Order: sequence, then structure tokens, then C-alpha cells
Amino acid sequence: MSAILERLRPLFHPRGIILTGVSAHPGKFGAVTYHNLLRFGFKGELYPINREGVEVLGRPTWRRIADVPAGSADLAFLCTPAAVNEELLRECARAGVRAAFVASGGYGEAGEEGRRLEQRLVGLAKELGIIIAGPNGQGIVSTPVSMCAQIAPPYPPPGPISMVSQSGNIGASFMNYGVLTGVGFSKGISCGNSAQLELADYLAYFAEDPETRVSLAYLEGVENGRRFLEVARAHSARKPLVVLIGGVTERGRSAASSHTGALASNERILAGVCRQAGIARAETVEEAYELAATFAGQPLPRGPRTLVFTVAGGWGVLTADACIKAGLDLIPLPDDLREQIDRMVPARWSRGNPVDLAGGETRDTIPEVLERIAAHPQVDAIVYLGIGIQAAQANAFKSGAFYPEHGLKRMVEFHERQDRRYAFAAAEASERHGKPILVASDLVYTDRAYGNAGPLGVQESGRVAYPSGHRAVRALAQLVRYARYRQRLEGRAPHSAS
Amino acid sequence: MTLAVGVTLSEFESKRLLAESGIPIPAERLVFSPKEAVLAAEELCYPVALKLCGRGIAHKTERKLVRLDLTDEDDVNTQAEDLLAQRGPGEEHAGVLVSNMIQGRRELIVGLERDLQFGPCVMLGLGGVFAEALGDVAFAVAPLAPHDADDLIDALAYAQILGRFRGEPEVDRAALGAILETLGRIGQDRPDVRSIDINPLIVSGSHPVVADALVELDANPA
Repeated sequence: MSAILERLRPLFHPRGIILTGVSAHPGKFGAVTYHNLLRFGFKGELYPINREGVEVLGRPTWRRIADVPAGSADLAFLCTPAAVNEELLRECARAGVRAAFVASGGYGEAGEEGRRLEQRLVGLAKELGIIIAGPNGQGIVSTPVSMCAQIAPPYPPPGPISMVSQSGNIGASFMNYGVLTGVGFSKGISCGNSAQLELADYLAYFAEDPETRVSLAYLEGVENGRRFLEVARAHSARKPLVVLIGGVTERGRSAASSHTGALASNERILAGVCRQAGIARAETVEEAYELAATFAGQPLPRGPRTLVFTVAGGWGVLTADACIKAGLDLIPLPDDLREQIDRMVPARWSRGNPVDLAGGETRDTIPEVLERIAAHPQVDAIVYLGIGIQAAQANAFKSGAFYPEHGLKRMVEFHERQDRRYAFAAAEASERHGKPILVASDLVYTDRAYGNAGPLGVQESGRVAYPSGHRAVRALAQLVRYARYRQRLEGRAPHSAS
Repeated sequence: MTLAVGVTLSEFESKRLLAESGIPIPAERLVFSPKEAVLAAEELCYPVALKLCGRGIAHKTERKLVRLDLTDEDDVNTQAEDLLAQRGPGEEHAGVLVSNMIQGRRELIVGLERDLQFGPCVMLGLGGVFAEALGDVAFAVAPLAPHDADDLIDALAYAQILGRFRGEPEVDRAALGAILETLGRIGQDRPDVRSIDINPLIVSGSHPVVADALVELDANPA
């Protein structure tokens, strides 16, 4: 096992956790974290410490760390006041703990005295051979061991994304999107004050972690820019890295410096760093998550040659515009594809790119068209628009007074089956041909209340369904950019079969 | 990265430093009298440009210390005399830099800066009269890896100006890339160089030519 995997292992794969500051009051961070660990079924052992030994959540607690069997816990999660943490850390070390997540505040963010305490804590940790995450952090999530060691929710579904955030709440936002869309997380950690371990350490870990397929980071500043660049480059050479940066405006910078304590960098230099390190840079929280989820669920395209496939006109037009603006190559529809589709639908279809069937499709048309365009050697990527229309009508039928009579029941079943089938046809064609197929429909949001079978099918296939063509195109453009970065790095020419 | 006071080399010294690092510099002569200026102009061939040149002299255009497109002996004589008379306190050792006129309608700014977190960074931007309004500037952290120079050029919002443009040929990207890479190397190898400002880098035909340069050194290099 590599050095970084071994070093950070107790943070993400602990055998047992000593939790300090666990009181009977469910409003306190210690009790909340204990609850969340139990609630989401942590697979290791838990050692909640309470000096009075009172029951918490109906379970016994441990009075003293010294009573915890030596070697049974390798992680400590501290929710105790800063003033007592040094003593507790010594006790944890004696119990065999190798890593500590310090959720407690009152450190570097709290003025001169806090900074002094923080330095002492780091010095002590070094002396004890313990690594420190935080302090003043929200916690750690690691789905392979069902660990929600956090002073706040959420707990996302398991998946291939790993996340590090210099803000606990932005990290939570990322994971909330995971809950929403179903493309989940392997690991997540909030840096807190980054007293010892910093963002680059976690990224170095994710780069080598076999359970992580893509990393997602929120940062407001970097302590050591050269090291960040080096780690990010090494990461991008192996797997994609999506970054959202806060504090890039002058006013935002001053907000960031009081928040993270790190000096926010010049925006133009950060833009250069992202370009040089192959980082997929996002502008917003939702875009950052969607990019990570896209990398998690889609194969990399061989090039920028994009085909837009739609069952209705307006979406196709807007998405074609978006492709051009994003620098994608909206190829002319190849002749052989035109001839094939000509034989499948009435003549009113677009006969170009976007391929707009103009409502001329019958039962098997959409899966067949998806298969043919995905198979075509001149197509590198597909944006598929309009999933869920049939299921939306199904919902109108179901919720009306005529249902289930007049043949409506059968029609509802047909529509829902079809939209679900389209979602899987897109995912299967994508996997079969190793090309990204991004599925977008506003019904992802507008039909969320009852769960439209189309977007739900996309979710079941392990992919993110985009709420608009624009969002799909933005994600695709980053896939193309990153694919090109990797191709150049590996000395491969674009468009070549791999 | 020290906050100590720096020393701004003269244009002549700045260009020598760049030349020693491998950045091509056009022929020029540093002279200290109108008579020498005329001799230099004849040697270089007319038309020529004259600039007052000494340590600490910046903002030459604003101070009207640049005289362009001088076509004969009289012109050079008069302007050199006038420039030398413009020397202010502390500029008594300044001379006159005589160089050929560099023809080209496209101007770039390139340079080296040191960022607190990322260290030496190479800068490329559009120059010329709209430079400030457009603010089209991009950076790359030094040293530049393969493709970094190319990507830096493409990172300009108006990179198409460097392609074929209104009768001008495409900029020699290899030459421009080599300048950017060399600046990055100076940033790595010369910790005493605090900043470099090549402004303008005039695109003459397809060749980027260093028309003016200022190098700032640390007064007390570590």
C-alpha cells in the first residue's frame, strides 16, 4: 500500500472510533455525531466517552479513554472543548489511536489564543505520531464503511465521487446533490482549519484510493501553491479532479480570508493553475457536483464531435447553440446515419444535427436511433433530450378522473415502461460504445414531486440526469477538455480508437 | 518573494539579461551624446527610435521619453539632445538607447511575476491601446510543462488576434512559446529576478520582437 493510503487510512477506514464530548443532550455535537454514526450503520466499533458514564441514545458510554481496549480504536473524533483536547489526545495515543478528526472550535478561527492552541495541538500530534484533520471541521464520510462521522447531515448514497471541502456547508451541499440525484460518494471530508492535514493531502489520498473514481474539491485558498499544483497534476494524470473556487472576487476574497484564514489567490493565476493541472473548474456548487457526477458515470469521449438527439425542436435548437458556444464540434449529420433514420421515421424529421424526430418515433425508434448514433465512428458524444415526456402524460392520466378506465391504465404502463427503457438504452449504448451519452430534461425537476420514470431510470442506471440541455453541454465540454488533457499526456492522438 | 526594495534595471540592462537567457533582442546601441546617437543610427540604418535609458526609469511613454520614427541625422541629433536634457534627479547616468523601428500592428505584453502561493508565474496579455480596457491576460505557473505555453496562448480571450488577422500572418507560436518558456526558466533559476515586464512585445510580420523590457531585481537577494 502506498504511503499516503496507509497514512490516511484511519480517517477513512477506521476499525474503531473514540468519540469525545458525547453528552446526553442531542443538541450537542458529540451526541449528534454519535447518533449519525449509529443511524447510518458504521461498520466498526464505537467508543463514546462521557465522564459521568451516563447512557446516551439508550446505550452505555465509557467514562475514560484509558478503559477502551488498547488497539481497538484507530480514529478519535473530538467534540470536546479546545482546552481539554491535548490531554485527551495523549490518552487516545496510549489507546492506539493513529488519527484524530477535531470538530471542536476555539482554535485558529478564534483569535490569538486559539492560534496558539492550534499550534500546540499540531506539535503534540507530531510528537504522538497522530495525524490531525481539522480542527473546526464538520466531519468525515466514508461510505465503504458506512461512516457518517459528522456534526451535521447529510449522508450520501455510496458511489465513486470523493470530496474535500474547505467549507463544511459546501461539502454538505455537494453530498446533498448526491442524495438528490443518486450519483453518490465514496468519501468526504471537511478540512476545517487545515492545521496539519490540508486539502492537497486529501487529494493525494483520493488520487491513489482505488474506491475513488473522481474527486471534487471546494477551496478558498491554498497554503502551499506549488504543492497543490503538483498534487493536482498527479491526480489529473490518473483520474479527473473537479474544483470549485470561492473568493475569486475582491470582496469574496476578504470573506474567504476571514473564513479559511488562507490568503485567496489571484483569480487569473488560479485559472492558469487549473488549466496546467487539467482541473475541471466549475463556477457554481451545482455545476461542480454535476461535473463530478458526469465524470463518475460517463466514459471519456475520444474527441469533441457531438450529436444532439431530441424528440422535440426547441430543446434541440438551444442545445445546438450551447454546443457551439462551449466549443464542441456539432458535426454535420453523417450521410449513412441520415439514410438509416430516414427509414425509421416520417419525413418531417430534421435530417440534420440536431437529430430531431419531431414526434415521428414509434415504439422502438428511440433505442434504435440511440444505438446507431452511438455506434457511428464520426460521433464522439451524444446529448439526448426529451426523456420523460411520455411518463409525464402517464402522470396526467393517472391523476385524472378517467383513470384507470378507457384504456388509460394500459397506456400509463406503456408510457412509463418506455421512458424507463429509454434511460437504460442510453446508458447501455454509452457503455457498449465507450462514448458519453448525457440525458437532459427539465422533468428532472418539474416532475420530481411524483417521480417521472424517465429521469428515475437515468438515476437507476447510475448516471446524473441534467435538468437542461445547457447543463449537459457544460458538463460534456469539460469531459472533452479533460479527455484531451489525458490524451496529450499519454501521447495519444484524439479521435483514435483506444 | 521578499518584500525588500527592488532595483529596476535600465531597459538596456534588462534586455541584456533576457538575451543572456536566450530571448532574442533586436540590435540597439546605448549612447551618451547626440553625436554618438547619430553614429549609432547610421550604423543601424534609419528610421530609428530613441529612448532615455537608465536605472529606475519607467513610464517612458507617459514622460515622453520615447521618440519614434526618426529618419535623418538632424532629427536624431535634436531629439537625443532633448532626451538627455530631460534627465531628472538621480538619472544623471542615463543614456540614449538607439534602435531600429519595429514594424507591427499587434502588441503583446509578456512577463514574469512572483505569486505568494504559486511562486514564479509567466504572464501573457494583449497589449496596445485597448490593453487595459480588454484586460485580456493569462498566467501559467513556472516552469512551463510541454503544452503549457501553447495553452497559455490559447487561454487569451482574443487569441484569434494571433492567428491570421487583417492581412497579418499568424504569429510564430514556436517563437512566442519559447519566450514564455524562457521567462518561466528565469523565474525558476534566478530567484534574484523579482519581475520581468516585456511591454510591448511587438508582432512584426510573424515574429514576436522585444521592443521594451524592464527587469526588477531584489536589492538583497537571499
